[in-house]
Amino acid sequence: MSGHSKYEPKTGFERWLDVRLPIVRMAYDTAIDFPTPKNLNYWWTFGGILAVCLVIQIVTGVVLAMHYVANAGLAFNSVEHIMRDVNHGWMIRYIHANGASMFFLAVYVHIARGLYYGSYKAPREILWLLGCVIYLLMMATAFMGYVLPWGQMSYYGAVVITNLFSAFDNVIPGVGTAITTWLWGGFAVDNATLNRFFSLHYLLPFMIAGVVGLHIWALHVPGNNNPVGVDVKSKEDTVPFHPYYTVKDGFAILVFLLLFSWFVFFAPEALGHADNQVMANPLATPSHIVPEWYFLPFYAILRAVPDKLFGVLGMFGAIAMLFALPWLDTSKVRSMRYRPTARWFFFLFIAATLGLGWCGGKLPDDVVIPIGRDVVTGDPTGFTVVMLSRVLAIYYFAYFIAVLPLLGLFEKTLPVPDTISTPVLPKGGAAMLSGATASPEKKG
Amino acid sequence: MSSSILGRSGFHGLRALAVAALALGVAALGTGVAQAKTNAKEPQEVSFSFEGPFGRFDQAELQRGFKVYAEVCSACHSMNLLSYRDLAQPGGPFWDPKHPNISPAESPYAKAIAAQYKVPDIDPDTGDVIQRPATAADRFKAPFANEAAARAANGGALPPDLSVIARAREGGAAYIYSLLLGYEEAPAGMTVPDGKYYNPYMAGDMSSYWKGAKDKVPEGGFIAMARQLVDDRVQFDDKTPSTAANEAHAVATFLAWAADPHQVERKQTGIAVMLFLLVFTLLTYLSYRQIWRNVSH
Repeated sequence: MSGHSKYEPKTGFERWLDVRLPIVRMAYDTAIDFPTPKNLNYWWTFGGILAVCLVIQIVTGVVLAMHYVANAGLAFNSVEHIMRDVNHGWMIRYIHANGASMFFLAVYVHIARGLYYGSYKAPREILWLLGCVIYLLMMATAFMGYVLPWGQMSYYGAVVITNLFSAFDNVIPGVGTAITTWLWGGFAVDNATLNRFFSLHYLLPFMIAGVVGLHIWALHVPGNNNPVGVDVKSKEDTVPFHPYYTVKDGFAILVFLLLFSWFVFFAPEALGHADNQVMANPLATPSHIVPEWYFLPFYAILRAVPDKLFGVLGMFGAIAMLFALPWLDTSKVRSMRYRPTARWFFFLFIAATLGLGWCGGKLPDDVVIPIGRDVVTGDPTGFTVVMLSRVLAIYYFAYFIAVLPLLGLFEKTLPVPDTISTPVLPKGGAAMLSGATASPEKKG
Repeated sequence: MSSSILGRSGFHGLRALAVAALALGVAALGTGVAQAKTNAKEPQEVSFSFEGPFGRFDQAELQRGFKVYAEVCSACHSMNLLSYRDLAQPGGPFWDPKHPNISPAESPYAKAIAAQYKVPDIDPDTGDVIQRPATAADRFKAPFANEAAARAANGGALPPDLSVIARAREGGAAYIYSLLLGYEEAPAGMTVPDGKYYNPYMAGDMSSYWKGAKDKVPEGGFIAMARQLVDDRVQFDDKTPSTAANEAHAVATFLAWAADPHQVERKQTGIAVMLFLLVFTLLTYLSYRQIWRNVSH
C-alpha cells in the first residue's frame, strides 16, 4: 500500500529540503496521506495509545533520572526525595510508575487484537515478530525499572528473577551460577546489580523506540490488517490516515488518558505493593513475593512446573509461542469473525491467561476447591492454585501448538466477504459509498 | 484434544467457553478459602477526612496527631524522611495560609518546634562533636543514634521508621488506627513470648504458640510494642477529648499526611485534569463524528 507519494512541497524551503532529505515527504506519506482501511474498530486504536505510552514513559523517566540516585544505600530515599521535595515529583513519579501498568494494559489489548484478527499472518509476519521483540524489551525494562526504588519487592523480585538463570546448573553444572553471578556483578543482588539495572533501564526504552520505528515501517509496507481480514482491494476500501484516524485514535487516546489519570491522581498505589514502601533488607524476606500484575500469568506458569529448569523454560516458552505463532496457525482465514470455532478457543485462551494471572497472585498451595482437611495441621486440602495453574498452562500451550495448527486444517469457516466495503454496503448504497470515499480529503 | 472433533462445529467451542467460565467461577470461590498462614484481622471500618477524590486533611487534627507523635511515638520511632520545615509546607499541620509567601523553612512555627530539639553537629571552629538546637531545615531528631541502640533499648526489636508507614502497610491509616487500639488479652491457649504483646491486627504466624485446634489459630500476631494510647495520654490543646480513639485517629491522620504529604494537592490537580480531559474528549468525539459522517464503515 505504500505506493506513489502524493506529497507536493508547498514552500521554497520544503522543495529545497525535499531533494536533500525528504523527511517531510516521509512524514506526510506515513501520517497524513497513508491509505488506511476504513473499517478499523476501536481495538485498532491501541497502537497509537502505545506510542503515547512510550513517549510518556521516556519523558517522565528522563526527568526522574535527574533526581534519582542509583546506589543501594541512597536509592530508596532518593525516590522519597522525588515524592516530597522535587517540584511535582510526586506527579512525575506516579505517572511513570502507573504508566508502566498502563503500557502493559494497552500492549495486552494490542496483542489480543492481533491474535483475534489474525494480524500475524502473511504478509505481516515481520511486523508481528517486531511487536514480540518490543514486548520482550518492555518486560525487561519494566522488570529492571521496578527494581530501582530498592524497596522490599524490588529487591526480592530481582533476587527471584535473576536466580532463575541458576536453573541452567541442571544442564551444565556451574553454568547457571556463573550466569547469575555475571548478571549480579557480584555474589548477591547488591549495589552493582542496581547500577547495571539503572543503566539498562535507561538504555532499553530507546531500543524499544528504535524497534517501534521498524514496527511502523513493517506496518506501512503491507498496510493495516482490518476486522474483516481481507486485503484492501481498491481505493474505496480506505481513507487517508489524517484526519480520519488521527481523530479516531485521538479520541481513544483521550479516553485512555482518563483511565490513566484516574490511577495517577486518585489511586496511585492501587497497582503497587505496600511492601515496596519498605527499604530493601536482604535479611528480611517478605512473606509473599509477587511480581507486578502484568507478569503474573508467566509467574504462574513458572511455578506450575515442579522442575526449576523446565519451569523457566515454560515461562520463556510461553512468550516464544508468540514468536512462532505466524507459522503455527494454519488457517487461511485471517479474522476470527469468520472462524466460529476458533473464536471460542480464543476466548478460552484469554480466560486461561487471566486465570493464570489470578493464580500468579496467590500462594501455590492455596486451596481453590477444598476437599477435606489435613490431619496434622488442619489446613484445608484439595485442588490447589498450583494444580489450577497446570491445567491453565497446558491449555495456554495447547492453544498454540495443537489448537491453531490443527483447527486451521479442519474447521468450517464462514464465508469471507470479497472486499472490506462489502459487509458495510447499505442496500443499494454502492454509489453513495464510493461517493463518500472517492474524495474524502475534501471532507472535515 | 482431537482436532476432528473440535473442528466439526461451533458447539464444542461453546462447551469450551463453559469450561472456562466454570474454571473462573471456581477460582473466584477459592478466594475466600485460600489464606496464607499469616492472617491478621481486617482493619476496622474507620473514616478519615482525607479519603476519596475530594478528601482534605483536617489541619487541627494534623496538629493533634503531630502532638501524639512528638509526645508518645517519637520516644522510640524515628521519622527520618521528614524535616521540621515540612510541618509548615502547604497543606501541612502548621501551614499558615495567611502568610503564603513565607517559605516553610522560615515559618515561625517550624522554627519554634525545631528549636525544642538538640541535634548532633560538628563545631566548624574546633571540629568537636557538639549538640545544637535544630533548625527548621533539620530532619526530625531520631530517638536512637543507630539501629543497634534502638534494638538494645527495645528488647531486640527495631521500632520501624514512621516516615512512610501509612503507605508501607496494607490498610494505611485504618490499619494504624486499628493496631493502636486493637490490643487485647491473648486468647486462652496462646503462649505469648516474653516482651511481646498480642494484637489481632498484627501480621504474624502464631501456629507454634497455639495449643488449640490447628485450624483455629486466632487472627493476628505478636508485637514488641505495648499498648501506648490510652485515655488522657496526650492533652490536646483544642479541647478535643483526649480519648484513646481520638489520639489514635489523630496520629493515624498525621502519619497518613507524613507518608504522602502532597496527596491533597494531588487530588485537586487530578480533578482539574479529569475535567480538562473530559471536555477535550467530548470535543474530540464530536470532531470524530463530524469527520466520519459520510463514510460508511
